[in-house]
Order: sequence, then structure tokens, then C-alpha cells
Amino acid sequence: MITFDDVVKVYPGGSTAVDHLSLELPTGKTTVFVGPSGCGKTTSLRMINRMINPTSGRILIDGQDVAGQDDALLRRKIGYVIQHAGLFPHRTVLDNVATVPMLLGKSRKEARTAALGLLERVGLSAEFASRYPAQLSGGQQQRVGVARALAADPPVMLMDEPFSAVDPVVREGLHREFLRLQKDLGKTIAMVTHDIDEAIKLGDVVVILRQGGKLAQIGTPQELLDHPADEFVAEFVGRDRGLRSLSFDTAAGLPVRPLTADLLLDEAGRPVSWGDGEPTGGTFTVEDSLRLVTDLAITSPVGIAVRVDANGKADGLVPHHDLVDHLAERRAAK
Amino acid sequence: MSTYLSNNWETILTALRQHVWLALVPVVIGFVLALPIGYLGVRFPWLYHPLVNTCGVLYSIPSLALFVFLPVLLGTKILSPLNIVVALTIYTVALLARTVADGLRSVDALVVQSATAMGYRRLRRLIDVELPVALPVILAGLRVATVSNISLVSVGALIGVGGLGQLFTRGFQLFYTQPIIVGIVLSVALAGICDLAIVGLQRLVTPWTRYQRGAA
Repeated sequence: MITFDDVVKVYPGGSTAVDHLSLELPTGKTTVFVGPSGCGKTTSLRMINRMINPTSGRILIDGQDVAGQDDALLRRKIGYVIQHAGLFPHRTVLDNVATVPMLLGKSRKEARTAALGLLERVGLSAEFASRYPAQLSGGQQQRVGVARALAADPPVMLMDEPFSAVDPVVREGLHREFLRLQKDLGKTIAMVTHDIDEAIKLGDVVVILRQGGKLAQIGTPQELLDHPADEFVAEFVGRDRGLRSLSFDTAAGLPVRPLTADLLLDEAGRPVSWGDGEPTGGTFTVEDSLRLVTDLAITSPVGIAVRVDANGKADGLVPHHDLVDHLAERRAAK
Repeated sequence: MSTYLSNNWETILTALRQHVWLALVPVVIGFVLALPIGYLGVRFPWLYHPLVNTCGVLYSIPSLALFVFLPVLLGTKILSPLNIVVALTIYTVALLARTVADGLRSVDALVVQSATAMGYRRLRRLIDVELPVALPVILAGLRVATVSNISLVSVGALIGVGGLGQLFTRGFQLFYTQPIIVGIVLSVALAGICDLAIVGLQRLVTPWTRYQRGAA
């Protein structure tokens, strides 16, 4: 757990970057700091590994004040990923990844062997090992950046806008892989982004900061979407927050109607089309989100979303008025 | 020409050997001195401009004046090769200290930042990251300093110690062009060979620059 205890950072010249911030980043979870520029999110992140020292207050990692520790030794235990990756241009991909293990005194051979395994972990084949950063695309560089941060298996990772320098399609892929990796690794991650959608997608906990480094709200993505603390947060999470909140609920509790003859099936019971030839426009399972069901009901030419089981066999229908009723109940329950 | 060469090859070789020593020893000493001086100009940003200005002034002192003035300052004999070595070392430092500072300043701030965040201490970061990344700029400066020294050594002939430059003075004194031509050819060839050697060294130690887009 990382604890911010009444942390204040005032820069020389008098501007307050972080204003009496107290919060906890749970162990094994991803906490995302988000807010407009000048909200102190990057400053907050960099105070964790002492790249910046607070003016007052304390930051503790598992109860130990970072201020009492040797900076270099502290930083070797904390993975760090930055925008544009910040790779060493003069070192091969493999040696970039081997950096921290070697700083920790591992032999070159040992560090390189471990590095090779990590490249695979972040989805890069061994052929990249001997390339230089300039030979990689932005997305590939960012993967190497993540592998490098993971190399010494640090319990804590800091990520400063790690995915903002790549195009949306690549970012999407990196997001998926980040979530997959984090599911396996369970690191305590502090991430900074200016993109609220990224925060909601990747964060277990989201910290919204406002200008002047004040905490606006901290909570799970769904809490922020459903119960924004004030106008600022509501505005910041966006107008379609209601719709996005549906991403966090599955269709498990959604009542369905029995199949009708209007839906044509193949021999295996999989939906083919509606009787008049209209396409079904996609299907959902109980695992999928209410957001997907809503989307299906809206885009379906007949206004009905089709549910299938794990084998793709149709097993229920949700007309859009049923969905509206369900959403109203859901709202009342919250 | 061939008669001149066969009768004087010993003189020519001695002059060439002296020329190499007089030009390259200052490059080595100057480079070693320029590294810490250039680093200070980066470590303490307020030092950068005074450093650049001082280097500029030092480099603009006419070489002949320096050759003549140094014996007074150092207490050396006017004919001592030490005068040339010290003078050229001063020029080398003047060129390279600035180059080292500029090279270190050219290192991407993100690279330095990520090195720090990974747990490099200052000195090791300088040796493992900043200097290697600055090397293309520094080696480009080293090429200029080397070639410049090779050409400046000849001026030393006017005070009696000048490697191949002595062939020029002799040629002028005797109204005899052959030593002059040999001197020119040899000093140009020497400069070319040294320059190529540094380029080769650069390819060897900075293989990564071949893939940099639009960089040195």
C-alpha cells in the first residue's frame, strides 16, 4: 500500500502543485491519477520515488517513509514507465530491459536471460532483442518500456502517461495487454493520465484532482460515474457517464423473454437473422456488459437484443423496453 | 621530385613523425581535460555561458602569438616542443570542452529522467548513459580538433619546431617548391587518415546512430 499523508508540494516561486493530499493506493491494484493540466498529478507520482520531494507531509510505501531511504536504492525497487518510453538509444532492446537487474548487481548474462523472458511477456518476439530503440515503432518502444520497468520484478510501478504518445488503435492494444499483464502480476500501480476514459478503463481506483493539486474525488470508476461528488467531477467524467457506467455491470441480472419464431436459427440453434431478413446485429452472453446489451438493442433493426449461451446457441431475447425497465430498477437500487 | 624524395626521406620521415606527435599528443591530453570541464558546464548551468565564451576567446588567440608567448609564461626554451604541445592542448580544450558540454546537453531529457528513475546515481548515469549518448556529438568535435591541430603544427615551424612545417620554411628559404609540395601532401594525407580513423572509431562505438532518423 502506498500512503499519501497530508502531502503538500509548493514549487519555488510559490505555485502549489499538490495541496494537502491524503489518500491510499491499495496493494496489487491500479490507481490512476487524472485531472486537467496543472492539477499536480505528475508531481504526485514523482514524489513516490523521490524524483520530487514534498514540501511537507509524508509518503509511505507499506508503512515505510520514502524520505528516509536512499533515492537510488528506493528507485531500483520501483518500476517506472514514461511517455515516449525514454529508452536508452545507445542500447539494444535486450540491454535496455536488463538495465535495472544489472544495477542491482546481476551478471550481464543473467540479466539478459531474464530480459528475453520479459520481452515475450509484453508481446515482443526474440527477434527484437538485438534491435535499437530507433528501429521500433512507438507502440513497440512502449512495450519495451514496460518490460524494462518490470525487469527487476518490483512490487510497485509508476506509469507517467504511458500510452499517450501512441495512436488510438495501438493504444487500444496496449490497454488490453496492460490489463492482461496486471491480472497476472498484481503490481501496486500508480498511473497518471489526462484521459478520463483511460483512467476508467484501466483503474481499479481513480483519483480525480483539480487545479491547484486538490483532491476532487477518489473511488472506483463506477462510483465516480454513478455518484460524482460535485459539478467538477461530473463534468470531468463526461456527459455520457450514465452510459459508460453500464460497462461495469454484466447482463447476468437482466431478465430475458423466450425465443420467438421470428428469429431464424441454424441446426445448432445459433441465430441467423430475423424472419424478414433483417440481421440480428450481434449477440451477447451473460458475461457481457449492460452497455453492450444497450448498444445491441439500440442498433438492432427490430429493437431486440439476442442473448446466446457459451456455445453461441440463442437462449433469450431482450426487447429495448425491457432493458429500459431494468435500467430504471438498477437506478433505484443504487 | 624522386631525387628530392630519395635524398631527403630521412628528414621527411623525422618531420612527419614529429608532426604526428605534436598534433596528436595535445588531442589526447586536451580530450581528457575537456571531459570534466565540459561536464561542469552542464552540471552547473550558470557555468555554461562563461565556459563557451572563454573557449571562444582562447580559440581566437593567434597560434603564432601563443607559440611565442608561452615560453615567457612557462619558462620553457623558445625551441622546446613543449610550447607547441601546450598551445595545441589549449586549442583542443577550447574546442572540445564546449563540444562535450553541448553533447551532454543534447541528451534527451526523458532519457536522463528515466535513467534517474531507474536508480542510476549521478556518476554512473554520466558514464553509462549520458556520455555514450553524447558520443556522436563529442566525436564530431574530436574530428575538428584533430584536423585543426594537424594544420596548426606547421605554424610552429616559424619558431623552429613544426614537424612538416619545417619543409615549408626550408622550401621558402631555398626558393625550392618540392619540399613545400611534399609537406602539403603529407599533412593533408595525415589529416585525412586521422579523420577517417575517428569516423571508423565512431562507427564502431556508436552502431546505434545508423538507425537514428535525422540525427547525427
